[in-house]
Amino acid sequence: MTDTPLRLPTGGLIDRSAPVRMTVDGLPVEGFAGDTLASALLAAGIKLTGRSFKYHRPRGTLSAGPEEPNSLFTIGTGDRATPNVRATLVEAADGLVAESQNAWPSLALDVQGLLTAPAGRFLSAGFYYKTFMGGPGWRVWEPLIRRAAGLGPPPQAPDPDAYDHRYDHCDLLVVGGGAAGLAAALSAAETGARVILCDERAQLGGRLLAEGDLAIDGRPAHRWTAEAAALLDRADTVTVLPRTTAFGFYDDRLVGLLERVADHDPAPPPHRPRLRLRLVRTGALVLATGAIEQPVVFPGNDRPGVMLAGAVRTYLHQYAVLGGRRAVIVAGCDDAYRTAVSLADAGAAVAAVVDPRGRPNPAVAGPLADRDIPLFAGWQVRRTIGGQAVRAVEIGRGDAAEAVDDGPGRRRIACDLVALSAGWAPAIHLTSHLGVKPRWDAGLGTFVAGDQPPWLQLAGTAAGRCRLADALAGGREAARLALEGAGRDMAIGWLPPRTAGPAVDPRQPLVSPLPVPLRGKAFVDFQNDVTVGDIGQAAREGYESVEHLKRYTTLGMGTDQGKTANPIGLTLLGAQLGKDPAATGITTFRPPYTPVEVGALAGRTAGAHFRPERWSPIHPWHAAAGAVMTDAGLWKRPWYYPHDGDDLAAASHREVRAVRTGVGLCDVTTLGKIDIQGPDAAELLNRLYINGWSALPVGRARYGVMLREDGLVWDDGTTTRLGDQHYLMTTTTAHAVPVMSWLDYACQVLWPELQVHVTSVTESWAAIAVAGPKSRRLLARVVDGLDLSTRAFPFMAAGVCRVAGVPARLFRISFSGELAYEVAVPSTEGLRVWEALMAAGAADGAVAYGLEALAIMRIEKGHVAGPELNGRTTADDLGLGRLMSGKKDFVGRWLAGRAAFTDPGRPKLVGLTPVDGRTPIPAGAHLVDDPRAPPPIPSLGPVTSVCTSPTLGHPIALGFLERGRDRMGHRLHAHDPLRGRTVAVEIVSPHFYDPAGERMRV
Amino acid sequence: MLLIPCPWCGPRAQTEFHYGGDASLRRPALSTARTPADPALVDYVYLRDNPKGLHQEHWQHAAGCGQWLVVARDTRSHAILGSAPPGGDPLSPPGTDDPAA
Amino acid sequence: MQLFSALAVLREGLTGQTGWRRHWRKATPKPRYDTVIVGGGGHGLATAYYLAKRHGITDVAVLERGWIGGGNTGRNTTIVRSNYRVGANPPFYEHALKLWEGLSRELNFNVMFSQRGVLNLAHSPGQLDGYAERGNAMRLHGIDAELLDRDGVAERAPMLDFGRDARFPIEGGLLQPRAGTARHDAVAWGYARAADALGVDIVEDCAVTGLSIDRGRIRGVDTTRGLIAADKVGVAVAGHSSQVMTMAGIRLPIESHVLQAFVTEGLKPMLDTVVTFGAGHFYISQSDKGGLVFGGDLDGYNSYASRGNLPLASDVAGNAMAMMPCVGRLKVLRSWGGVMDMTMDGSPIIAKTPVTGLYLNGGWCYGGFKATPGSGWTFAHTIAQDAPHSLNAAFNLERFATGHLIDERGAGPVPGHQ
Repeated sequence: MTDTPLRLPTGGLIDRSAPVRMTVDGLPVEGFAGDTLASALLAAGIKLTGRSFKYHRPRGTLSAGPEEPNSLFTIGTGDRATPNVRATLVEAADGLVAESQNAWPSLALDVQGLLTAPAGRFLSAGFYYKTFMGGPGWRVWEPLIRRAAGLGPPPQAPDPDAYDHRYDHCDLLVVGGGAAGLAAALSAAETGARVILCDERAQLGGRLLAEGDLAIDGRPAHRWTAEAAALLDRADTVTVLPRTTAFGFYDDRLVGLLERVADHDPAPPPHRPRLRLRLVRTGALVLATGAIEQPVVFPGNDRPGVMLAGAVRTYLHQYAVLGGRRAVIVAGCDDAYRTAVSLADAGAAVAAVVDPRGRPNPAVAGPLADRDIPLFAGWQVRRTIGGQAVRAVEIGRGDAAEAVDDGPGRRRIACDLVALSAGWAPAIHLTSHLGVKPRWDAGLGTFVAGDQPPWLQLAGTAAGRCRLADALAGGREAARLALEGAGRDMAIGWLPPRTAGPAVDPRQPLVSPLPVPLRGKAFVDFQNDVTVGDIGQAAREGYESVEHLKRYTTLGMGTDQGKTANPIGLTLLGAQLGKDPAATGITTFRPPYTPVEVGALAGRTAGAHFRPERWSPIHPWHAAAGAVMTDAGLWKRPWYYPHDGDDLAAASHREVRAVRTGVGLCDVTTLGKIDIQGPDAAELLNRLYINGWSALPVGRARYGVMLREDGLVWDDGTTTRLGDQHYLMTTTTAHAVPVMSWLDYACQVLWPELQVHVTSVTESWAAIAVAGPKSRRLLARVVDGLDLSTRAFPFMAAGVCRVAGVPARLFRISFSGELAYEVAVPSTEGLRVWEALMAAGAADGAVAYGLEALAIMRIEKGHVAGPELNGRTTADDLGLGRLMSGKKDFVGRWLAGRAAFTDPGRPKLVGLTPVDGRTPIPAGAHLVDDPRAPPPIPSLGPVTSVCTSPTLGHPIALGFLERGRDRMGHRLHAHDPLRGRTVAVEIVSPHFYDPAGERMRV
Repeated sequence: MLLIPCPWCGPRAQTEFHYGGDASLRRPALSTARTPADPALVDYVYLRDNPKGLHQEHWQHAAGCGQWLVVARDTRSHAILGSAPPGGDPLSPPGTDDPAA
Repeated sequence: MQLFSALAVLREGLTGQTGWRRHWRKATPKPRYDTVIVGGGGHGLATAYYLAKRHGITDVAVLERGWIGGGNTGRNTTIVRSNYRVGANPPFYEHALKLWEGLSRELNFNVMFSQRGVLNLAHSPGQLDGYAERGNAMRLHGIDAELLDRDGVAERAPMLDFGRDARFPIEGGLLQPRAGTARHDAVAWGYARAADALGVDIVEDCAVTGLSIDRGRIRGVDTTRGLIAADKVGVAVAGHSSQVMTMAGIRLPIESHVLQAFVTEGLKPMLDTVVTFGAGHFYISQSDKGGLVFGGDLDGYNSYASRGNLPLASDVAGNAMAMMPCVGRLKVLRSWGGVMDMTMDGSPIIAKTPVTGLYLNGGWCYGGFKATPGSGWTFAHTIAQDAPHSLNAAFNLERFATGHLIDERGAGPVPGHQ
């Protein structure tokens, strides 16, 4: 058993029957189920739990909640090590491993802390901006500074855990399961409304678990809480989500919840996600998010052993841990007096209550006298004394600015705990995620939520209502109003129970304007080491806007997002500028409320599941044939089919030769296919394509080119007239979806008068190219119902038939330049028909060919594809200008005639061959006159597509060249400085192979 | 996340839709009598009012019914004020001609 | 101007930091200036600085409706690069990059320009060829560029997913070593301080409510702090260019869209360069404080709301997990949204307008930060000379009518992409 000197023998809500053993920095730490890592460390008397960001100052746990700025640990080991976890939120669990951060070699002996301490006086706000400019400059300093900055260790290996998303819908979402939230949920549950109640902690209850002086229905408040939670659990229409943080409020009543599903479980069952993002679309919203206690600012207020007064009560009542044996309470608000009473009643010595405000409230001061606790009203803490833990405080009478260094108005009080509170700031973060600015409430002395829609209500301390009875009644009323605001007007039967608590309203939100300390580092932002001095200096330097202050000093920019820093910091800024808080304003709250894991935001969209894979129905054959696949958008397509381990070049050249001399099959299912029907189908095509369609006979296909509205080429493909009022359009694989959307837009928005219907049938049909001089022979063996002779079924013919017994469409079109066909069959038959075609071609040595062979053959033919259709080329640039009809208007026609697009100097598509007949032309090279000229060297155009042609036996390329058509036979340089290559090239026609197109017409 | 009222399917999450931009634009009629760089076409293709406030805009219920619709939305608050089939008025209250009825 | 130096920091450290003076005066607007710059972001402040410094025009006011640098200057992912391919882009952005390289010393304000390199990942041989074309275009312009293979990428960023079973395996990448990041706020502050020292009035909390135009000539601006007369008015309010230019009756080829950005909690150094994903829209770097700063696509619809929505945040995180699968356990600390001027060809406008004496600097899409010094430098020239510099002559308003578009991505006349 390790020592737990500060654990009380009885009490608390921990489960003493379930001890847990954890390892912190290699040493054992024991606790109980129901503890947090922070409470277990405190019970063990371990008060040094972190190092600050900038000065590496020793720090201890400040709070008991998500606002914790100091106690950050790396939790877990190996690939599951998670940096920057707040110890106050880590549920104690057997086997948990925690490592402290930002210290070397250890928290106690941090070298950087030793180095930074004497330099601290120079490292004030903005010092980075003022130096490191001379000498070697930032290039040298930056890496050193980066190493010193940062918090936890970065992960290296892929995150092994899974994350999930789900959508939820409800009538009322209640955020926060404290008194007000429970009351709201109970009230709504009774009406039959669908309710979700979430709370960031493992147990519902909020401050009801943390206070020792609250009673409901005559019993301790936590008992009532357990019963209320059980009641909600039993209600059919209520979903209770513990360990779930509402982190963001988005448009149209969507709230993002982060549910911690498995982190608390030392051995989570497999297949359970670690975290789940719940996207809750709600009708009404009650925010019972509580309030965040604010520290008092004085020199040395960051020393381990200094804690928020409310947190001290939490550790005492919920975890049965004494924050210290001898306490000094610094009470900037009445609420802190409760801590003195609680500690004294638990057996700790309370050496003093120091209330800088001067006039104590007799109602809260009374109980101190009963317990002989000295009260120093009108005094304040001048500094803390101690090394890595507080040993004493020095207090002084009166305003710090006037107090003299020595004299009777000065005392030293020994203590091992300083509990401080300047008041509680309502947690209104979610109310401004949609841009509603918080409003300053002078009566409450704090910022409260700005104007909200009626279906959003706040309750409890989040609404500035601090008494328990008000919280319960307010929760009920908030539920009623929010539901009413959402159109569900109903009576609420639930009645708040009787309560008992401190006689006076104990909490005075917020932030008493306390005196500013005289000297020494008094911390406002603990994590980022922003001091009172920094704020004053920034204001003097002109950083007067709250956003400037934040950015210049880094106030509130830490992992705690300034939850314990911004209210005081902005108050101090206002004081410096002589402005009231309403005029000073407040920095914008943005999502997330507390940090959210990247994995949770991504959900299942990770790793191989980043994007879905689209497979053609023939995919199993490709896989079985050992095809090397490549990505084409979301599609996986065969790139090449290696035989006997041959490489890309060998395999693709073999495939090309097979097609050019025999026959090959290519899976072209991925091309977009759009079915167009109606009396105005031809008219629609006339408007979308640059060429004409009315005269195309039934049973014939035609190549079409489509422009964008700006006149540049967008897409191309063949479109076939299947019937009098029936066309089938094909698009490139890349543009299948946007072209379909554009056709819908044209039909529904631009020209609704056209009688035409368009339907995407891309996924309905499998398509197989059968190409090569022996393709007709192959098809003749499996095609029924069509005469395949050129006379009956010439180039660009289309017809209906049966292929291997399957109803099919057959098109005589060619991308390869050979005699070729495209077979289209219903997707479900694709694999069977492919196999039948392969079998039918076996005698002719039919091969499957992949994208690489396809690409080589289209370059040999001078067909343009993706690299040429780059969105910046005109039809004429691509050599397709002759297709543009002058007899009709079509999309893009007139803007294609703009001066820049008709400039004769534009780069035009050309073919390129190496002058030496053998050196490959580098893809991505630029054509230049003189590669040895000093930069800038004018580029005459890029090389876009390259290959070595197995058919021609030498490298070839396509590219664009200024005035290219006038330069046939000229020689230039394909210059590739990136790879240090320059190839002399000759400009030739882009149609390298069978330019007359005789082979596909045979 | 926006909740877009599809006139055909009812309210659906933004993720089901594809944005189509300003719906107040009117494409100049097709005509063989225009000149290259016709200013009316240049305006249509390039220029936008880009209002800070009420914006009538096209969306396509791409992962739903596939229909294009007009949505009236405030570009400051993202508040959606109504929707209608193309050519309709998204700000008029739904009536008996409501296609979803 | 109070000189900043290590010595000054030392002196102030010993004297309680009491000697620092305001970095820029809190100016009250005069009734008239030679030149008024509307918009106190990086671009407007840089313009004022170069007007004073290079053109001797010091009777200048910069009017900012809120606090300087509060727009997109303070809301971006701080990337600086000149890895462009098309038309006027490479020389313009390279000019900006060269100004960045001397900026801290020129302004006597450390803008923390960190030349850690920008690496664009390629996920297919075809994509790598596309990057080669771009990299070679850069080299022809004398801009640094390197093509990396898989191993070269792994050396620079070993935590990326190099698995062959990744959804989009990494094939290589294009690196610009001189590119990097800078401290965004510091750019606004540094230019403000330097411009102020040259006599420029920086007026915060002063919103322009109207442009005073008489017979086709600008006369001044109406503001929430009264009428301010000026011979010349330069507008640099990207995100809201349409709003201001509407006051002059000028419609722009611009839509305003929201772009989100994200930062994680601080970590010890893990990523020493800027990486962009080639199989999605995603870019990431690590700040000097240790947070991973990243962003992705536009939210995708017109917006002036300065905040984004969850689907896009989710998409960006998915990109992160696909490219860098170790980031799952890291926590997003803050997210924010900026309102972008999205032009119809993806390139900015730095130009004269149809109104004499009225100049426009806008349309920065999501790439304005990197251009800040070059933008201010050329805009100042355009205002001072009443004619563009050769570096920005192509970024005019007429290009949409003539077709001289500068469409780096070939996406056509849509904001962002399809």
